Amino acid sequence: MEKPFRRRDLLGIRDLSAAEITGILNTAENFREINQREIKKVPTLRGKTVINLFFENSTRTRTSFELAAKRLSADAVNISVSSSSVTKGETLVDTALNLDAMQPDCIVVRHGSAGVPHQLAKVSRAAIVNAGDGANEHPTQALLDAMTIREHKGTIEGLEVAILGDILHSRVARSNIHLLTKLGARVRVAGPKTLVPRDFEHLVEKDLTVCPHVEDAIRGADVVMILRIQRERQDSAYFPTLREYSIHYGLTNERLDLARKDAIVLHPGPMNRGIEIASEVADSSRSLILDQVKYGVAVRMAVLYLATGGG
Amino acid sequence: MKLLIKNGHLIDPAQNQNSGMDVLIEGGRVAAWIGRGEQPPADAEVFDASGLVVAPGFIDLHVHLREPGQEHKETIASGCAAAVAGGFTSVCPMPNTNPINDNAAITRYMIEQAERAGLANVFPVGAITKESNGAQLAEMGEMKAAGAVAVSDDGRPVPNAGMMRRAMEYAKDFDLPVVDHCEDKSLSSGGVMHEGRVSLLLGLKGMPALAEDLDAVRDIYLARETGAHIHVAHISTKGSIEIVRRAKAEGIHATCEVAPHHFTLTDAAVEGYDTNTKMAPPLRSEEHVAAILEAIKDGTIDAIATDHAPHHADEKALEYDRAPFGITGLETAVGLAFSELVHKGLIDLVRLVELFSTNPARVFHLRERGTLKVGSHADLTLLDPTLDWVYRNAESRSKSKNSPYDGRSFHGAAVATIVGGKIVYRRGG
Ligand SMILES: [Zn+2]
Repeated sequence: MEKPFRRRDLLGIRDLSAAEITGILNTAENFREINQREIKKVPTLRGKTVINLFFENSTRTRTSFELAAKRLSADAVNISVSSSSVTKGETLVDTALNLDAMQPDCIVVRHGSAGVPHQLAKVSRAAIVNAGDGANEHPTQALLDAMTIREHKGTIEGLEVAILGDILHSRVARSNIHLLTKLGARVRVAGPKTLVPRDFEHLVEKDLTVCPHVEDAIRGADVVMILRIQRERQDSAYFPTLREYSIHYGLTNERLDLARKDAIVLHPGPMNRGIEIASEVADSSRSLILDQVKYGVAVRMAVLYLATGGG
Repeated sequence: MKLLIKNGHLIDPAQNQNSGMDVLIEGGRVAAWIGRGEQPPADAEVFDASGLVVAPGFIDLHVHLREPGQEHKETIASGCAAAVAGGFTSVCPMPNTNPINDNAAITRYMIEQAERAGLANVFPVGAITKESNGAQLAEMGEMKAAGAVAVSDDGRPVPNAGMMRRAMEYAKDFDLPVVDHCEDKSLSSGGVMHEGRVSLLLGLKGMPALAEDLDAVRDIYLARETGAHIHVAHISTKGSIEIVRRAKAEGIHATCEVAPHHFTLTDAAVEGYDTNTKMAPPLRSEEHVAAILEAIKDGTIDAIATDHAPHHADEKALEYDRAPFGITGLETAVGLAFSELVHKGLIDLVRLVELFSTNPARVFHLRERGTLKVGSHADLTLLDPTLDWVYRNAESRSKSKNSPYDGRSFHGAAVATIVGGKIVYRRGG
């Protein structure tokens, strides 16, 4: 099998080609089956070390990466760094060099600041996998979303995808937009104007539209992707109240009726039920939120496998 | 002691001079111009400037020397060493030291430290408000008496228009230019780079050009109202350039400076998240850079100033959004101007000297500087327009090495710097 990505690090979707993305997804398909076995473990990465370096809390993503590493027999180490200890003076580069000295094969990094994985990749000998950096990218989330969509729609090409909510701060939205448009989907985004950056349609070359209202984005969509509202955004006056947000921008059954009959609903979790998504929608058969979590492990197995020299 | 600068091409725009002429220096002053064929004094030490341009000393209106308070980044001595190595004979340090230069004692201290170093002249810029807090006027008169040449709350622009109006009225009493860092922080706060397509792509929070434009409009109107001299620091947007251009046409006393990074780099340089591309104002997009180049050409921009802002390597080795703003610039400014402006045919050598010397002296009223008229201070910058060289951070005289131009090659350089008649820097010597 030809190696789907030639690069060592996975820093974002933006610099991947469509062929590379498809290659990773296909690799993930091959790993999916392992997760269904009685004994969910293969020796593929035996002897390899993966460090999960999390500067931001995220039990979900961290657990997903940890399981992925363990199911491939790699040694996984979790390091949580609270931002307070970082402010004590150790620089990012110090942290990277220290970890590097322990000779890991791969460092999975999650950080609240955009670009940290890129900065680490420049000084680290280990492969760097971006597990979310600020408002920049969250490539494995986009890959697992793509896997979920492929599973249910057969293909991504030609689909109409609506992405709704806080576009401004969302790395999930960015990675998804890069991935979906590269694979031939058309993406429409909508949300409060305060949370949609000016000229956002210039993020990618083609197939991205900013809609004036959420209804316009949802109408005729094959996939409706809901973004999580960070409750603390309220303090920054991006919108007046959660109540008003839920009324004007939340995904309700009525709004979802504007989409195609067979439309599916995705959410990166954790959900604010009743705010960005109504419980009836979240719990309906159209919602594939748990599938997303399931495919997350397979996607991360594929990424770790490729980053540590597999393929 | 007499020093004769011989065989050079003398350019002094203030005197309409642009041809071969020798310069005799005595007692720290320019003693005479000697034409080819005239007899030079036999007892003078000779500096052979064959193939070089001899210009009045370059003056940097905008530097940060970090002393007092942050000597781990730079000292007045190390900053002056970098200045003369870059061809600058005089530098004007901004007041954001610790404590802030908002009183005569600190102003005097800075000048004394410079005299002790014996390299470049230091003409401090005092604060507009006490501790640059935007609330109470600083003692501008006292600072001027101690040697301050302008006032600024650079980096912490006065947010309150009423306060700024009073500051301008007061500064005008002392004939002090008000140096304005134009940034409406209510629009730019939290931003770490120019707001535009690249900030979108990189997921970094943007600082809109509008933040500079709005503040420039406010302060130009205040200058018109008060009759004060407003000098827009490190101008970086198409909009604020247009505002200054119109103000000048209207007869408002407005001048402006541009930093070399703003005419040589775009926000595309931030790609890769190198924190040495983080500065305020930020690197702008192509349309802004094009507007700056046009303004350099048409004379709207008065001066090139480096905004030399040293930061320790550890401070720059942080996440992009946590790293401090600013880059060093004293040693690359002349090379950048030669490579990107002169050799690309945008400006000629006379305009280059105007931007680095004649105009800065005029803007800050530095008398008998910015010219080599007989009787002036013997501050000279000698240029080799064709020298090929490479800048290396490791070789910088500055205590800090935070330049994005590490490893860049240049065509054209300052090769010798003379301050008060004394050779304080010779390239390779
Ligand atoms: Zn400034």
